[in-house]
Amino acid sequence: MSLQPYASPIERIWFWVFRIFCGLILLFLMVPVLVIIPLSFSESSFLTYPIQGFSLRWYEQIFSSGPWMDSLKNSLIVAPLATILAMIFGTLAAVGLNRADFPGKGLILALLISPMVVPLVIVAVGMYFFFANLGLLNSYTGLVIAHAVLGVPFVVITVNATLQNFDYNQIRAGASLGASPLRVFFTVVLPQIIPGVASGGLFAFATSFDEVVVALFIASPTERTLPIQMFSGIRENISPAIAAMATLLILMSVVLLLVMEFLRRRSEKLSTHR
Amino acid sequence: MTSITANHTAQDNQPIAGLKAQLRRAERMKKIKAMLLVAPLALFLMIAFVMPISSMLWRSIDNTEVGSVMPKTADAILHWDGQGIPDEAVFEAFANELRESRAGGGLGRIGRRLNYEDPTFRSLLTQTLRGLPATTEVTWTEELIGINARWNETSTWLAVQRTAPTVTDRYLLAALDLERAEQGQIAKVAPNQRLYVEVFKRTLVIAGGVTLICLFLGFPLAYLLATLPTSKSNLLLICVLLPFWTSLLVRTAAWIVLLQSGGLVNSGLMWTGIIDAPIQLVFNRIGVFFAMVHVLLPFMILPLYSVMKSVPSTYQRAAVSLGAHPFAAFWQVYVPQTLSGIAAGTILVFIMALGYYITPALVGGPSDQMVSYYVAYYTNTTNNWGMAAALGALLLIVTLLLYMVYHKLVNQKQLVRS
Amino acid sequence: MKLKNKMTKQLLTGGLLTAGLALAGNAQALTVISFGGASGDAMQEAYYAPFSQQTGNAVTPGDYNGEFARIRAMVETGNVSWDVVEVESPELARGCFEGLFEPIDWEVLGIADDLIPAAVTECGVGTFVWSTVLAYDADRLPRAPESWADFWNVEEFPGTRGLRRGAKYTLEFALLADGVAVEDLYDVLATPEGVNRAFAKLDEIKPHIQWWEAGAQPPQWLVAGDVVMSSAYNGRIAAAQEEGRNLEIVWNGSLYDLDYWAIVQGSNQAETAYDFIRFASQADTQAEYSSRIPYGPVNPAAIELLSEKQAARMPTADANLEGALAVNTDFWVDFGEELEQRFNSWASR
Repeated sequence: MSLQPYASPIERIWFWVFRIFCGLILLFLMVPVLVIIPLSFSESSFLTYPIQGFSLRWYEQIFSSGPWMDSLKNSLIVAPLATILAMIFGTLAAVGLNRADFPGKGLILALLISPMVVPLVIVAVGMYFFFANLGLLNSYTGLVIAHAVLGVPFVVITVNATLQNFDYNQIRAGASLGASPLRVFFTVVLPQIIPGVASGGLFAFATSFDEVVVALFIASPTERTLPIQMFSGIRENISPAIAAMATLLILMSVVLLLVMEFLRRRSEKLSTHR
Repeated sequence: MTSITANHTAQDNQPIAGLKAQLRRAERMKKIKAMLLVAPLALFLMIAFVMPISSMLWRSIDNTEVGSVMPKTADAILHWDGQGIPDEAVFEAFANELRESRAGGGLGRIGRRLNYEDPTFRSLLTQTLRGLPATTEVTWTEELIGINARWNETSTWLAVQRTAPTVTDRYLLAALDLERAEQGQIAKVAPNQRLYVEVFKRTLVIAGGVTLICLFLGFPLAYLLATLPTSKSNLLLICVLLPFWTSLLVRTAAWIVLLQSGGLVNSGLMWTGIIDAPIQLVFNRIGVFFAMVHVLLPFMILPLYSVMKSVPSTYQRAAVSLGAHPFAAFWQVYVPQTLSGIAAGTILVFIMALGYYITPALVGGPSDQMVSYYVAYYTNTTNNWGMAAALGALLLIVTLLLYMVYHKLVNQKQLVRS
Repeated sequence: MKLKNKMTKQLLTGGLLTAGLALAGNAQALTVISFGGASGDAMQEAYYAPFSQQTGNAVTPGDYNGEFARIRAMVETGNVSWDVVEVESPELARGCFEGLFEPIDWEVLGIADDLIPAAVTECGVGTFVWSTVLAYDADRLPRAPESWADFWNVEEFPGTRGLRRGAKYTLEFALLADGVAVEDLYDVLATPEGVNRAFAKLDEIKPHIQWWEAGAQPPQWLVAGDVVMSSAYNGRIAAAQEEGRNLEIVWNGSLYDLDYWAIVQGSNQAETAYDFIRFASQADTQAEYSSRIPYGPVNPAAIELLSEKQAARMPTADANLEGALAVNTDFWVDFGEELEQRFNSWASR
């Protein structure tokens, strides 16, 4: 949205009010994250301001100790796999749900979102009993399946929303031009719903990356994920090491996102220069 | 006459009928294709979710503890009329089966179940077990009453009788602050024990409030992101996504640091002289809203953003050029096209908010704890899985009902639009 | 029984078998689950590492936050992957009664005489004593509070107070503040009148209370200046003192409790588990643990190995036990659910 040169004064005021409002919301989103970063350099073992003394001890702790790095590694194994599984199942199902009405559709929709509804503790205990029979406990496979179940509703709901504005005549057009259904999906449908698929995938990833309850039941000490490590010892202490780990992850994600943005801009430039 | 017309139309319709059949077949094919696309996920969830969860939720009515450990006692006491005390046969079965219950954790199971009826049962059972004579040639009625006079009370045996049937409604009733009174009729529990109806209401209120705030904050920001040039919007999107990378625990801790009375916000406000004493911003409902809205806002923004991305701005401009006021054009032309995004965002945020408990536990007060908090308490602390399952099942039912109503409403709105 | 035979055999063959075990190298590691955090780190240094080094048995350390349901699920499915678990006393009592933990054969373990009586139970071996105390910020109060009655005195000690969000501890402290003697406490609390009395006492200071959920919170609040005094676990208060914060502890009217080692029913490592527990109960290892985190050793001989300063911080130091009371676990196991429900109903009104 940009301001047109012919905008009226009221429109101008409205435009700036809107911009400031959005700026405040972004600030609201960022502030807690910004607040936590300085605390990770604090000497004290309490997460409080004013900061007493500068120290890198918390970074030393996360880099030197086995549990922190192991749990980060485990989370980086489990979360992407669970996300991929959830994205495949979820996108297919959302496309199917949008294609046609069929008997029991309402019931199936309810089924698809129910993993979000049932309290996690109950999911955890229920899955424990079930996975015990299948020998899936204390394994990456079990954890990936469990987290895929928890992530799938996000993909279904976001992709479903994006598909509402999708014009199905395009599929027919594609098919009538002789493209296979798979080709139609990848070249016609997917590019248009990709924001939805990506958001859903991101939600699924975040769910797995931040999930502690089910993980505690399914994982053994060797598969402990990052959230388990973060919640460790909360009975008596919240360690500033969690702030250090958060800072590290923020740094990593900013770099990753900036690189992606840089690559996107470069390819954009290349294509316009061509 | 009629037959002629009938023939006539039938002849006339033949090609149309064929077309209809073809269309119907195509429709059917479409339906089957759609179902095939949904099938993998449905199957996956049936196996990896519905089966595990339903066996857990079944525990909300399961009452087989005593029946499985003391089958004879359970059978015999069901025939007792509830007057005075049961006859010798019940006493004998009970004493024998109590003695055998020590093996395989049976005593633990019946003790746990009977304790829900009366919190003194566990010690009564332990004491009785210790006092049982070694011989079997005794009158068990006398023996048991000799060990503890409570075996001579009708209420003790009525409690045992209530644990004998294979299903019970006690957990579901308790989750609604109800109980079975002496005569078996449903009654409210004592006022100072009433809790869960309030908790359910509070859960819905908090989740609804969080959803509305998220929509109010998320819609403008998503609109800005969707209308800015990609290079700018992607940078802002990084800001939206950043909190995603920080654990729930970190963000909750950050809000405490910000909002507590010795925290940054209060210090800042006092320094500027706006307030002279710290205001309570956390460990109450305000803190819960701050922390939960912060955690859930991206779940509103992203679905809105991805739908808004697919809405062409041309319609709105067309409306303006046709003389519509810009606000009217926005409200009547743009917003309806984003309805599916609003629906997705609100449903995501609302349902996720319903299940939250770690955040409210750490930043809320005692009157801000939601249903899941009590589910976790019963599951992990007191080991009362029946109660946990009952609260969980009620939450699931309430949510799914709300979802179906909501889904119908949204669909109708969309029909009106098209 | 099987275990007992095995253990006797081991005692008979003495060091030979232990040596053999060490030589063979135990293929399967002993999984020890604790509450993690600072205490878990101390256990790693004091118990796990030296135990592996000296016996050749590998230890896989893990942690949880008291998810008792996981233990029950393991036993009910026969899928026992945890061998030794650190549990709090109510969980121990429940789990023992319900057959989730192996009963301890004290004759085989043979260390009952070395430990304080509270550490010796049917299914668990105490490992450390911790205490819920009244802690305060000495910089912000006119004079040092001496009892829970002072905690209730909002005129002389103005400011917000912290208490644990729950009936446990809270009801006890309310009755102590109301003048009930330490030795009568649970007799009074076991009567409906006593419970009413505790809630009536709580009504007096309800608006001044900020309720905490995790034990990490009260020291944090005291340090940040959110509350002037609070109930708190003694360990973190001592850590704050070490960092130079002026926090003080009132031991009078403190409630102490133990954490126990328990062996999960069906663990196939029971033998090694006994070795581990025996190792972790020695005076020297206990002293090592307590020097890293101020929780009291269950082996009284360990106190003598600590420095005077360290010993004075222990809940089990003689001076600190005066006016202190052990939490009555059985009471809370039986009446906990009912009282917690009433507490929550009261607190949200």
